[in-house]
Amino acid sequence: MALVLERRPEAGKWALLLSPLLAVVLTLVSSLVIFWMLGQDPLRALQVYFLLPVSDAWGLQEVMVKATPLVLIATGLALCFRSNNWNIGAEGQFLIGAICGGGVAVWTHGWGGPWVLPLMLAAGALGGMAYALIPAVLKVKLRVNEILVSLMLVYVADLLLDWLVRGPWRDPFGFNMPQTVTFAPEATLPLLFQGGRMNLGSVIALVVVVAAAVVMARTLKGFEIRLVGQAPRAARFAGFSDARLTLTVFAVSGALAGLAGVLEAAGTVRQLLPGFSVGYGFTAIIVAFLGRLNPVGCLIAGIFIAITFIGGENAQIVLRLPRDMTLVFQGMLLFYILACDTLILYRVRRRVPGVGAQA
Amino acid sequence: MADRTPLLVAEALTRRFGALVANDSVDLRIMPGEIHALLGENGAGKSTLVKMLYGLLVPDGGRILWRGEPVTLANPRAARALGIGMVFQHFSLFDAMTVAENVGLALDEAEPLRDVAERLREVSRAYGLPLEPGREVWRLSVGERQRIEIVRCLMQDPHLLILDEPTSVLTPQETEGLFETLRTLRDEGRAVLYISHKLDEVRQLCEAATILRQGKVVERCDPRGQTAASLARMMVGSQIAEVRLSHAAEATGPVRLRVDNLNMPSEDPQGTSLKGVSLELAAGEVLGIAGVAGNGQDELFAALSGEVLAPRAADLTLDGTPIGREGINRRRRRSAAFVPEERLGHAAAPRMALSENALVAGHAANGFLRGGFIQRDRMLNWVDAVTHAFDVRKGPRDPEARDLSGGNLQKFVVGREMLRKPRLLVVSQPTWGVDAGAASLIRQALLDLARDGASVLVISQDLDELFQIADRIAVIFNGRLSDAQPTREMTREAVGLLMGGEGFGPATPGATPGAAPGAAPGQARDKEGVA
Repeated sequence: MALVLERRPEAGKWALLLSPLLAVVLTLVSSLVIFWMLGQDPLRALQVYFLLPVSDAWGLQEVMVKATPLVLIATGLALCFRSNNWNIGAEGQFLIGAICGGGVAVWTHGWGGPWVLPLMLAAGALGGMAYALIPAVLKVKLRVNEILVSLMLVYVADLLLDWLVRGPWRDPFGFNMPQTVTFAPEATLPLLFQGGRMNLGSVIALVVVVAAAVVMARTLKGFEIRLVGQAPRAARFAGFSDARLTLTVFAVSGALAGLAGVLEAAGTVRQLLPGFSVGYGFTAIIVAFLGRLNPVGCLIAGIFIAITFIGGENAQIVLRLPRDMTLVFQGMLLFYILACDTLILYRVRRRVPGVGAQA
Repeated sequence: MADRTPLLVAEALTRRFGALVANDSVDLRIMPGEIHALLGENGAGKSTLVKMLYGLLVPDGGRILWRGEPVTLANPRAARALGIGMVFQHFSLFDAMTVAENVGLALDEAEPLRDVAERLREVSRAYGLPLEPGREVWRLSVGERQRIEIVRCLMQDPHLLILDEPTSVLTPQETEGLFETLRTLRDEGRAVLYISHKLDEVRQLCEAATILRQGKVVERCDPRGQTAASLARMMVGSQIAEVRLSHAAEATGPVRLRVDNLNMPSEDPQGTSLKGVSLELAAGEVLGIAGVAGNGQDELFAALSGEVLAPRAADLTLDGTPIGREGINRRRRRSAAFVPEERLGHAAAPRMALSENALVAGHAANGFLRGGFIQRDRMLNWVDAVTHAFDVRKGPRDPEARDLSGGNLQKFVVGREMLRKPRLLVVSQPTWGVDAGAASLIRQALLDLARDGASVLVISQDLDELFQIADRIAVIFNGRLSDAQPTREMTREAVGLLMGGEGFGPATPGATPGAAPGAAPGQARDKEGVA
């Protein structure tokens, strides 16, 4: 007797949508149990985590502020992962984007004009792109594993930021704190509404999502990405160059991560300092998979994950729960989505001896 | 042959898949020391039946008797324990592992690798199936991979060996070698259940046959007393359209494709480099390229299609234009079309719909794009047209490629190219593992295309096929190509010798003037024991 997984013939496209929803429900149920075990009123905790963040305009804006980098990065990663290119270093590209864009802000501090902001965005995107091309070029030219290179470059970027804000870019009037000057108004993104922090970055993220969705579903390039990922030999037969595609998707995802970095720097934090990122580049990997490697899915998943970030902050204040609870949420979510995927697409069957015993 | 208890009896085996009755009360009786043919078109239920006999499927009704005793086969392990072995049409081998590792993995009892290699060497020698235990599978040709599967079965000392279309990738000499092996097994008292579409082989080899049609047994006979035509009639229930004879006499159009002394290292370090390959293909002509798998066919296809670029533009000319440095899509725009050997994974993406698979080969030249956007309705119409013209049988209008049977998918990927009415068609193994009806339809379509003035180049290991449709035949051996000779002036024996490497290289004077000048000696691949 053995347990076997066999593909369900009838599992259709609905399953792809059902799986993340089911995973969310299971995560909520499990967290109820955890709250109860922590001695909290489970319903009250759930309310603090998931309803409080979206119950007023300010909270909603905060959610969008958190979701923006996640969605931007995850959309780029979705393109990468779809084509079997494993860019795990979005965090590094995010930081380099912030460094390049923030560098423009530091450099032009005191003499800039309205041209500063576009220049920052361009510098951030190009910086992230260039940084992502390092693992891509190494993969294409020397067959170096892109997972390792992109991941290790995260720490290089992290230390580079650390050195910059402690050394050459330190704010001379900052009481020796390791941080840059606070960016000038022309180097910060305009707010969308009064009384919140939501800025132009969210609009940019939305435009990127729509563009990526159209590219994936309707254009030859999107088809190329899917084909290279699913059947590399067939892609070659179709005349697509996998080397060129690797460079392209790394460049795009790096540019989007870099853009997210400079948007975070220019829109939300408004200066560079160590610990500038809360790990958006890594969390975006969960977002990309939760969103089914689909741009619109990434948008929804990004908002959901952002809610858990804000909810975690609320819970720290209101319920005095540790911040790690947020990570527990995200871990459970990834676990449940992988499990749901498997069980929806496959069924577990016990191989039973005996004629006709199995349906 | 003294023992008259049947080795295996299937009584009224029935298996349903939803509404479809794949096997409807099928009876089968196999005697010890018998080579028994199981015949039927694709979809007739042969695979379902043998999967039940091998414990891969559980029957919905009926029973199986082994040496007169009812048995239940819950899984392949139980089947193997009784002494039933099976060689599948599609190999299940790990490319990155060695022959011995692959064999060792499949054994039911763990064994040290050194012992496995030793036994493997013994078995392969005893049954004339040469294999090198230490070689990685990815270096081996299709024919060699099949040998692994056969040896893997034989090492379990089976009383009944099930073979699913074993000769579709073999040369006549290799096939003859396999038959010798099977006859040896028979003489040892073992039984063989032999699934094939090649009716001549069945007549030559088997002493009993069970014929399935639409899930039912329609006939039982001794194939030695039948003709290929009568067997085919039983299989399909009607007369198969005979492929009309070739048209060698009038095929004298201008040269369309010229390959001029093409030297090309293989991208795969263990592949076969092309050495001084030259050929000319006229308009309206079918040129066949025979050869044992792994002698440079893949590399030749890649070079002709443009998946790999030639070193010099002038190495290949199409209608007088040098195209050696042009990629596959630029060649397609010059009205060339290509059908690779592997249906799933190379010609088609398994998990994509047929319409998207139409885009795979058609995005360059078929007008499926407008302003960079995919025109899905045009692709669907194209699928409908291919379906209609090539009788592709499928359930929904636009299923995924992997949901089609092998024959129907092959009709689709061939039809996808043919519908464009290309002026040059390069096709590799056009009827590999395809049932008789589909094979005859595809071959007829190739001939019709040539009669309309196109040039057709067929790379095939199926000599029957080449003799049936090619005007001229050349043989590829170790990366070199013999001079093409008119088919009527060639015999199967002559082609078989060329496939074994006779007549190539300077050592054999003057047999094939087309052999590469100054070719290096030592082309002897491990072909001993094959012929």
